[in-house]
Amino acid sequence: MHEHDVIVVGAGGAGLRAAIAAQEEGADVAMVTKLHPVRSHTGAAEGGINAALREGDSWEDHAYDTMKGSDYLGDAPAVETLCQDSPEEVIQLEHWGMAFSRDDDGRVSQRPFGGLSFPRTTYAGAETGHHLLHTLYEQVVKRGIEVYDEWYVSDLAVTDADDPENRECHGVVAYDIKSGELSGFKARDGVVLATGGPGQVYDHTTNAVANTGDGVAMAYRAGVPIEDMEMIQFHPTTLPSTGVLISEGVRGEGGILLNDDNERFMFEHGYANNAGELASRDVVSRAELTEINEGRGIEDEYIDLDMRHLGEERITDRLENILHLAEDFEGVDGLTEPMPVKPGQHYAMGGVETNEHGETCVSGLYAVGECACASVHGSNRLGGNALPELIVFGARAGKHAAGGEFEPARITVGETGDSEIGSIDSPVQLGEVGLTRDDVAADGGTAAAPGSSTLSPAETVDRAVERERARVDRLLNKEEGVNHASVRADVQKTMTQNVNVFREEENLKDALADIRVARERYQDVYVSDPSRTFNTDLIHTIETRNVLDLAEAITLGALARDEFRGAHWRKEHQERKDDEWLKHTMLTWTDGEPRLWYKPVVLEGESKTYEPKSRSY
Amino acid sequence: MSTQVPKEPETEEVETDPVVKSAQDRRIREKAERTARERVKTDEAPDLEGEDTRVIKVFRYDPEVPEKQEPRFDEFHVPFDKGMTVLDALMYARDTYDSSLTFRHSCRQAVCGSDALFVNGSQRLGCQTQLGDLDEPIRIEPLPHQDVVKDLVVDMQHFYEQMEAVDPFFDPDDLPADEMAEQAQTRANREKIKMSTRCIWCGACMSSCNIAAGNNDYLGPAAINKAYRFAMDEREGSDKKRERIEIIERENGVWRCQTQFSCTEVCPKDIPLTEHIQALKREAVKENLKFW
Ligand SMILES: Cc1cc2nc3c(=O)[nH]c(=O)nc-3n(C[C@H](O)[C@H](O)[C@H](O)COP(=O)(O)OP(=O)(O)OC[C@H]3O[C@@H](n4cnc5c(N)ncnc54)[C@H](O)[C@@H]3O)c2cc1C
Ligand code: SF4
Ligand code: FES
Repeated sequence: MHEHDVIVVGAGGAGLRAAIAAQEEGADVAMVTKLHPVRSHTGAAEGGINAALREGDSWEDHAYDTMKGSDYLGDAPAVETLCQDSPEEVIQLEHWGMAFSRDDDGRVSQRPFGGLSFPRTTYAGAETGHHLLHTLYEQVVKRGIEVYDEWYVSDLAVTDADDPENRECHGVVAYDIKSGELSGFKARDGVVLATGGPGQVYDHTTNAVANTGDGVAMAYRAGVPIEDMEMIQFHPTTLPSTGVLISEGVRGEGGILLNDDNERFMFEHGYANNAGELASRDVVSRAELTEINEGRGIEDEYIDLDMRHLGEERITDRLENILHLAEDFEGVDGLTEPMPVKPGQHYAMGGVETNEHGETCVSGLYAVGECACASVHGSNRLGGNALPELIVFGARAGKHAAGGEFEPARITVGETGDSEIGSIDSPVQLGEVGLTRDDVAADGGTAAAPGSSTLSPAETVDRAVERERARVDRLLNKEEGVNHASVRADVQKTMTQNVNVFREEENLKDALADIRVARERYQDVYVSDPSRTFNTDLIHTIETRNVLDLAEAITLGALARDEFRGAHWRKEHQERKDDEWLKHTMLTWTDGEPRLWYKPVVLEGESKTYEPKSRSY
Repeated sequence: MSTQVPKEPETEEVETDPVVKSAQDRRIREKAERTARERVKTDEAPDLEGEDTRVIKVFRYDPEVPEKQEPRFDEFHVPFDKGMTVLDALMYARDTYDSSLTFRHSCRQAVCGSDALFVNGSQRLGCQTQLGDLDEPIRIEPLPHQDVVKDLVVDMQHFYEQMEAVDPFFDPDDLPADEMAEQAQTRANREKIKMSTRCIWCGACMSSCNIAAGNNDYLGPAAINKAYRFAMDEREGSDKKRERIEIIERENGVWRCQTQFSCTEVCPKDIPLTEHIQALKREAVKENLKFW
């Protein structure tokens, strides 16, 4: 068994920042990550990092913009923390050598971004995420922090008291992909989850293949509540064959969207008579899909994004990287042809419930980055607000896990007196398949050994390792069955069809039924690759279980929330209902099934209350 | 032969437990045989009749699976669409015909550096290579000059060690007294290091380099480029710069480079690697003259 003070799971922007902070606080830190750190999807971020750095700007304005953008589903203490800490975190990156773009006076450049009242998006060319990721990894190398790379974390070692709030996390179970060895990692002080987004729940996404939401699913099955899972952001301009993102910059420079009849439909069909192509992400995404659904899509699949009229000079000067993306990933020359685009899954606003220190209700367990929900983005994330979240909350969680001092949190985690019980109207059974009451346990599946609540931390880790070994052996020994890829494809397909930018009650129920069928098929899944060496078949099979649990959670949240808020649109309920819905949708895995409840949004900030206003720009 | 597989499959560690070993080996053998049968079955499954297809020939090797211990090539027929990449073809083959087909990949957009492969005789990223641009048969092999772990997966450890040997982190002589003050950097200086910062650690350059192939200790183009990125950054200061020049001047540093440009040709991020190496050689000469 490996043993460290703090174990960080995942080495994207959030995990790296947490590891550095924990180490600076004096902890012996190890990072366990299924990809080498520089392969994390943070490297794909293009646009920039929001921070109020300049005269004329203030963290208060940034917070106001963020609350408004969140459509008042963000929790003010988390939002204010984000905006207060972001400037010093960005300067910290600069001190670590990050190659920000520069103004003439040598200071870091900032640019305007959608939904911001001040141009505060700090950037490094069109590859801000790449620079941020590499800069942080360089600091990890400098500090000699131990990195177990290509180790897949497959379970958390959590005690199983009845009430999740009384559970403790003592470490994780990980699988060395190269050798096939399974090991326990005991954490003396804390485990920080930083596993990124769940884009693979959808078949068309800007996210990486590795973004399977593992951390969220593992925490969920260990009894940690997950929050606002229905809040998924779709980006309107992604390439149809791969989901590669074509940045808003193209439309910002004057690129136009055309349907099969060569109409500028944003205007001609009245979707956004003022803003046109520059309307917010959700509006443009819904307009595109309406065109496609009504038969005006090109090849019934996509829309054209045309920038040819901008002229070669302007395009190569300002949008050169777009030309490369279209050429490399779609085989299209943006100078002479329009570029095909369609909406794609982009970002998950929801995730593991945490407070503003990154703590979950299970002691010793933290979550940060896209896998967490503090909540700063509420129902809609502003562009440029995810990267600051990684560094701000990464730093806080790392420091807290290592024993750093903090004032008491203002956001509560776990169920409290303010919680409201919800009910789910599902056409099918939910949760674990074939559950009998006896084999229910904290992590959803296997019975706890009698008297297990008295296990020592090391025994808790050992028990988790044994349970995992049994699972892996079962998958490897099974002679024949279903290939996980077909199960995953079924889930992705139904999610893209039914839990997309358009959400209708019937479709959501269809999705639940499809997910149920997929769950049942998953019972019969097997790994056909017999090898212990680099068995990606096994890893992907385990990930698919996570995809299933999260697809169900997203759909349940979408069904429960019968209103239109931010990224979440319901056909039958096309208005924001503040009287009823200024609350978070929470799901807790209880006895192998999801249980729905709600907790109120915190609109009270440090010195003011954010009154809901309409989200118009 | 362009790829190296370890001479002897490493099974030593498991030998301590003979019972487990033989049981596991039997399981592996039986399952491999079954998988081989299955593959033949599913190979015929999708009906690609009348569809535009391409044939990919993929290198296979697994030290543990008896039928794969001897490296071989497998052929897969994949349906072809405009825009399809080599990575898409591999994923199709894996998900449709043989789920044991193994390769690294993640971002699908040339930023994670996972899928540098040897395609039709040159190093490229699978996700960045259009299938339509390649002559058939399309041969896909692991990166040459690196140990193969399995199928298309190579051991990157040596590459990482070289990257980490050049102090690959910003280390300024001093920082502004005011915690919130930025270190100024001119646009020109940022421009100078810009291309060097684009490296995604894919390893293509190292694999294409003859010098690195012949001398395992040579730092290689990517690591030297990393050193360039910091040595040329005006924010660091002259003390650290001198240290950096010392590192790249050592026996296995810049002076090994014979300016063959193969690294520059294969770099998927268009980094002018040879130029950067030459620039560091000049810096080294300048630095040394100072002490004359
Ligand atoms: C194309 C694109 C553009 C974007 N542009 C912007 C932008 O301009 N500005 C902005 O603010 N935001 C942007 N975002 C959003 C932002 O980049 C992401 O939300 C953020 O980078 C996520 O970082 P992370 O550290 O949480 O996760 P990631 O960077 O995804 O890292 C996850 C880590 O967890 C590890 N991991 C996962 N599962 C396991 C497991 N089971 N075991 C072990 N390790 C595991 C992985 O190896 C990886 O290291 C963009 C996103 C995309 C996709
Ligand atoms: S320099 Fe280019 S080829 Fe070499 S590792 Fe970096 S990105 Fe890859
Ligand atoms: S898959 Fe990331 S570089 Fe190709």
